[in-house]
Amino acid sequence: MFNNKVYHKIDALSGSIATLRAEGVKYNEIAEVESRAGTSLAQVIKLDGPNVTLQIFAGARGVDTAAKVRFLGETMKVPFSDALLGRAFTGACQPRDGGPAINENPSPIGQPSVNPAKRIMPNRMVRTNIPMIDLFNSLVVSQKLPIFAKAGEPYNELLARIALQANSDVIIIGGMGLKYDEYLKFRNTLDKSGALAKTVMFVHTAADPTVECMLVPDVSLAVAEKFALEGKDVLCLLTDMTSFADAMKEIAITMEQIPSNRGYPGDLYSQLASRYEKAVDFDGAGSITILAVTTMPGDDVTHPVPDNTGYITEGQFYLKNGRIEPFGSLSRLKQQVNKNTREDHRTVMDAMIKLYAQYKETIEKQSMGFKMSAWDQKLLKYGAKFEAGMMDLSVNIPLEEALDLGWKILAECFDKGEVGIPSKLSDKFWPKL
Amino acid sequence: MITVAFDGAVAQNEVGYAVLGDKRLMAEIVRVRGTRCDMQVFDATTDLMVDDTVEFSGELLAAELGPGMLTQVYDGLQNPLADLAKEAAKISKDAEYFLQRGMYLPGLPRDRKWDFHPTAQVGAKVTAGDFLGWVTEGIFDNQTMPGHKIMVPFALRGVYTVKSLAPAGDYTVTETIATLTGPDGKDVPVQMMQRWPVKVPIKCFVERLEPTETLETTVRTIDTFFPVAVGGTYCIPGPFGAGKTVLQQTTARYAKVDVVISAACGERAGEVVETLKEFPEIKDPKTGQSLMKRTIIICNTSSMPVASREASVYTAVTLAEYFRQMGLNVLVLADSTSRWAQAMRELSGRLEEIPGEEAFPAYLESRIAAFYERAGRVKLKDGSCGSVTIGGTVSPAGGNFDEPVTQATLKVVGGFHGLSRARSDARRYPAIDPLDSWSHYNSVIEQDRVEAARKILRKGNEVGQMMKVVGEEGTSLADFTTYLKSEFLDAVYLQQNAFSDADATTPVARQKVMFEIVEKALLSDYTLATKEEMRKFFMDLQQTFIDWNDVPFGDSRFDTGKAALEAKISEAAKVA
Repeated sequence: MFNNKVYHKIDALSGSIATLRAEGVKYNEIAEVESRAGTSLAQVIKLDGPNVTLQIFAGARGVDTAAKVRFLGETMKVPFSDALLGRAFTGACQPRDGGPAINENPSPIGQPSVNPAKRIMPNRMVRTNIPMIDLFNSLVVSQKLPIFAKAGEPYNELLARIALQANSDVIIIGGMGLKYDEYLKFRNTLDKSGALAKTVMFVHTAADPTVECMLVPDVSLAVAEKFALEGKDVLCLLTDMTSFADAMKEIAITMEQIPSNRGYPGDLYSQLASRYEKAVDFDGAGSITILAVTTMPGDDVTHPVPDNTGYITEGQFYLKNGRIEPFGSLSRLKQQVNKNTREDHRTVMDAMIKLYAQYKETIEKQSMGFKMSAWDQKLLKYGAKFEAGMMDLSVNIPLEEALDLGWKILAECFDKGEVGIPSKLSDKFWPKL
Repeated sequence: MITVAFDGAVAQNEVGYAVLGDKRLMAEIVRVRGTRCDMQVFDATTDLMVDDTVEFSGELLAAELGPGMLTQVYDGLQNPLADLAKEAAKISKDAEYFLQRGMYLPGLPRDRKWDFHPTAQVGAKVTAGDFLGWVTEGIFDNQTMPGHKIMVPFALRGVYTVKSLAPAGDYTVTETIATLTGPDGKDVPVQMMQRWPVKVPIKCFVERLEPTETLETTVRTIDTFFPVAVGGTYCIPGPFGAGKTVLQQTTARYAKVDVVISAACGERAGEVVETLKEFPEIKDPKTGQSLMKRTIIICNTSSMPVASREASVYTAVTLAEYFRQMGLNVLVLADSTSRWAQAMRELSGRLEEIPGEEAFPAYLESRIAAFYERAGRVKLKDGSCGSVTIGGTVSPAGGNFDEPVTQATLKVVGGFHGLSRARSDARRYPAIDPLDSWSHYNSVIEQDRVEAARKILRKGNEVGQMMKVVGEEGTSLADFTTYLKSEFLDAVYLQQNAFSDADATTPVARQKVMFEIVEKALLSDYTLATKEEMRKFFMDLQQTFIDWNDVPFGDSRFDTGKAALEAKISEAAKVA
């Protein structure tokens, strides 16, 4: 049913929302709004009798009440072909890099949820060559994991590094509220290393209309899903999901919805979940792994966005002072993979973390002026080496080397009997200095 | 959410279908105003238009009850997920992976035949819930376990007479197996399958009994300190990452019940997949058969439509009540009730109702209370007893228990297993907070003995707090000993290693033996003169005890281990 009527009268405008009277309009349909401000796409978000509410992607600024509105009869679609690789687009799928527009094979976004019966248990590791991830909290194919950080932490650098080094077939980057130079940095880093050829970017910069920000996760994941169904392992990097949630908040408030917590809409959990749950390992096809930055306003993990995210995702990485914190960071799926890497993986992981926890206690004691015992001295030495060798984000070594380094650090600081490792393993791996 | 103008009569909570091309989208009436009603649609409403048709079914949202439910994985509306995938595969290769909009399948397999064995007599007077016969379904084979009972439909009111009964043989769930004559003289054909509206409790029993018997979960902290009763209710609130789901899974595995219904309500799909793939491999200690044979999974993960999430906990408890009517003990695990409450909130927001605290609807408390009230131990008409036990997790925002869902739940449950972030960060699992949690039910150990142990925990915690300020030097030996005792109790009894076969599950008999030893260690006075000696003694005792925990119950090393522990304690203790 194609509706080719053009409407000329908008009744109400507020924020990026426009209301007009129209007939034969479908829920969630896309419309084209042509006004003094230019032409923009818009989506039907409410139908109430003859009144149609539209969300204008480019915002309502400059849209006049006599603007031309034409309904297109279909829902929001994203083009899909291999030509997307190496390209950058806006949230509304317009080229951002000066290249040609792509219109092939349009597929709808926001598709239904994956049938849990067609998922498989994740069991493959994503290697990142970052010891704090590979060794201590292994990332697993099809995992959904947020990076919690306060503003100013180098989370985008971390994402870029993971994008460069991860062994995946396709990388999708969804940028929300990015500064323009951050986008350029992403692009140039990927370009220099040659990873751009397997990357698709959907970027909403801080200067772009809010509504496009809300589209970014959906278009990114729709494209990811298409690649995954072709059998590819897709890594989807989203930054920053707090901007996405704030965009939702903005729209919900303009729509006069009742806010639930700190102004966020009541369905924040479901909205975030329906995006994160796109992470999947298909039984008989590819996979989607999602790594998403969630900035914590005021470094507060109980803020609604990180809090709801924590309940949805399979663990989290805390980025603090430029390092991935070993405490609080957790990959819920690491047990599925770290048993199959090297026999000493789990043991080294546990032993090193336990000792690092003791080091932290010692630091506390030291700051309170308690006397340092010989054991405390050893811990202090260990802590410094651990932070420099393992936690520093510039460390770039494969898992096996990281394990060897772990043994080396332990041997430099402690005696064999002091580290709580079963002698079966320490006999084999304890290095001779 | 759609608003529908209707002619004729509609009922609150009646199901209707919005017609969208060749698809029909299921919806439920949530509010009626004049000649318009608001309906929540159980699927995405994309592409619907003003003036589209809605067909009303005249029925409330109902579950299909009968043989064929066990081992199934359903969504919140009782659609079998595996069958949905098969059906979707007919559309296209890729479609197989997704839950297709407007695709609904029967909850019970229609083509499967069951061996019906009649037990009622022709001419007998029967009422709703009376047994007509039984069929074999998995572990319910009428030998080690009772058979799956076929009952007079719960919806029949009044006394009926059995007019005819099918002979023993194989029937599908839709074939007539009996004809009953009603008080009005009309004949009612009865099939093995019956439908029951999920939001209405099944009440075909004589009376409700007090839940006095302890439900054995084999988790020591629960059974000894914060017990759950057969037919009782409990809740597990905790921040994310504290191990709620793991605790639920452990309970689903080891709890001594006949049927487990696990409702994954608005949680991660990955966890459901884990259960899905692991349960068939695990053996039920009671029957020696696959654990899946006593399990039904209702799975409405966070990305599935929110309206059917709201329905999913009701579907779960309705299925549980059906099995209870056979005289079985059923455990319903709802993970998580917060997601269910949020579904109500989303719905209420769309109805533009006046919000209560944190925008939850004003009826939140009464809905939660009504849900937990569907638990209980009941005496059935034939004198046997059945029960439904409900355990729900709560995911409070920010891990703060002062929020509406946790508070409303605490008012109506009999047990509170609060998980703490501090314990889970310290890798002390299960992370049930031993100081804040409580239970109104009977423990497997006498109450005063448990109380004595808890007193030491509390005192030890106080000393521990104090020690952070004044250091070990400023603490008296007596206080320090109390602190060590509480840490000992925590380490050997409260914490349980889920990865050790013997330690992961502790039967009640073993808990009693263990508790005796722990008690002895806690209540003794010791002759050791210095803190260092005392610490060494407890460290050593703790290590020996933990090794003993790994020894299987009934192994010869179990008794020697016990004797060794007793000797160690006696040696160090003052002779009274």
